[in-house]
Amino acid sequence: MGQPDFQHVVRLVDIEKSYGNVRALSDINFSVGRNEIVGLIGDNGAGKSTLIKIMTGVDKPTAGELYIRDRKVDWNDYSVGKAHELRFETVYQEKSLGEKQPLWRNFFVGRQITNRLGFIDVKRQKAIADDILLNQIGFRGAGINADSAVAQLSGGERQGVAIGRAMHFDADLIVLDEPTVALAISEVRKVLDFVRGIKESGRACVYIEHNLAHVHELADRLVVLDRGAIVAEIGRGEMTLIELTNFLIELQQHRPADAAAKRASTPS
Amino acid sequence: MSALSKALPRIEGVAIISVFVAIVLVFMVLAPNVFLGIRIYMSFLTSVPPVLVLALGLTMVIAAGEIDLSFPSVIAFSGFIFAFLFKTYELTWLAVIGALAGGALVGFVNGVLVARIGVPSIIATLATQFFWGGITTVVSGGLSYNIRAVKDEAIWHVFVGRIGLLPVQALWASALAILIWFILNRHRFGEHLLFIGDNANVARVVGINVDRERIKLFVLMGVLAAFAAVLLTLENKNFFNTQGQGFLLIALASVFIGGTSIFGGQATVVGSFFGAFIIGMIEAGLVASGIQGFWVRAVVGLVFLGAVIFHLRMERVNASGSFAKFFGRG
Repeated sequence: MGQPDFQHVVRLVDIEKSYGNVRALSDINFSVGRNEIVGLIGDNGAGKSTLIKIMTGVDKPTAGELYIRDRKVDWNDYSVGKAHELRFETVYQEKSLGEKQPLWRNFFVGRQITNRLGFIDVKRQKAIADDILLNQIGFRGAGINADSAVAQLSGGERQGVAIGRAMHFDADLIVLDEPTVALAISEVRKVLDFVRGIKESGRACVYIEHNLAHVHELADRLVVLDRGAIVAEIGRGEMTLIELTNFLIELQQHRPADAAAKRASTPS
Repeated sequence: MSALSKALPRIEGVAIISVFVAIVLVFMVLAPNVFLGIRIYMSFLTSVPPVLVLALGLTMVIAAGEIDLSFPSVIAFSGFIFAFLFKTYELTWLAVIGALAGGALVGFVNGVLVARIGVPSIIATLATQFFWGGITTVVSGGLSYNIRAVKDEAIWHVFVGRIGLLPVQALWASALAILIWFILNRHRFGEHLLFIGDNANVARVVGINVDRERIKLFVLMGVLAAFAAVLLTLENKNFFNTQGQGFLLIALASVFIGGTSIFGGQATVVGSFFGAFIIGMIEAGLVASGIQGFWVRAVVGLVFLGAVIFHLRMERVNASGSFAKFFGRG
């Protein structure tokens, strides 16, 4: 693979997003270099999910610009399908797979292998799905095949399927939305290994994670979101895990509402 | 062996076909002089096709986690369009196209209400059922249209003629059943419906245009209901403005007896096919067995409810089975 002639695989400029009167994001300037792992951290409701939904074409922002591989993208042309075409893949916590549907449908839904009339080549999809399960994800002897329904899978297996799907479609940018939530420890390791694999294969990754130890260990750069705004960017090695933890606790304590509550409870 | 010939018997239909055969046998014992002759079966093949066509559309609607209650009014509305165009302008093929277009319009309005405006489909289509039913009564003046002359036209023979004893509408309905099976199970559109019915948020993040697919779905349902109206009106050689009444229960019952999940995301066209014939047979069989006619609806209602409860239980058993598997593996 030759050197790609771009600096950032994705860049968001001055993004704003409001839902009615509620402002979910403001002044967001966010970029991901090629082959960079960016950890996105922040509390529930800080706007992480909204940000990646905008980045991957699920939602449109109220204002702002999007550049993919340094070229400006028109929001009207941007959609999940378009993001897939541009080789962006997203692994959501639990919302990536159709529960009652077999795996061969889940691998290809949204970009089925079809003939000209739109009829699906089931045989080929199943063969490829079985191949992914066996060789990319390594579900050997687990009793899982292309015909298994997602409902029969454990949480880790589901992430494996979603990640395997992203790998199969050869993404340049993989967005992981809390992929280790609700996983057993042994399964968490597998997911973390995969994130390393993303880096090694020359791809970029946006990694949303609650567990600071995981994200601190893996990310090249951390971006901290708080109440819809980016409040800090921390490069690899700038902070130890403990410093990072303290920094985030500090951040929370400086929230106006929290500070007011604190004053009220400690009248000194 | 193709995947199709393996999947068809294993996943779909074995249970429902057994039930179907059992019911035929029961009626053969209860009313042998009726059920051992061929005439009753030819009568089913005349009366069931409109119900079957409706059930096919509803199978897709319910697969997508939606419901359509407006189709009885499409039976009236599109039937009126057809009868009016035939009677007034002597149109035949164009009258069919007009009727289908009327169904598409009803479906499109339903689709926009559900997908774009966000009205739950049960409410939206309940309202449009009243609306289009009312419109039909107004424009028809509450009159019925006798179109006996249609029997001399080519379309009558094409849609509801007889090949020997066999009613042609049965061939149309069966061909449609095969087509809908392929659309639901093998086409991109059907897969999108299953994912939407499974979880609309998942459907969105995997790149399905949920709103557009929902509108397409309701348009398809409207067109199918209109086609059922054409078959019914041609067979009766008559239009009357309450001709849609009575289809609501039996068309929905066909789908649910067949085993399509009331929660969406899972549907069986084979089930709906036999479900429609089971309903038709229960109706005819009860009458032939000497039970008074007014009991029929009550029995169909009970069978409907029983089938839904049975399938609910089955889904729960399946779910707990997979949980056991999950723990067993861990």
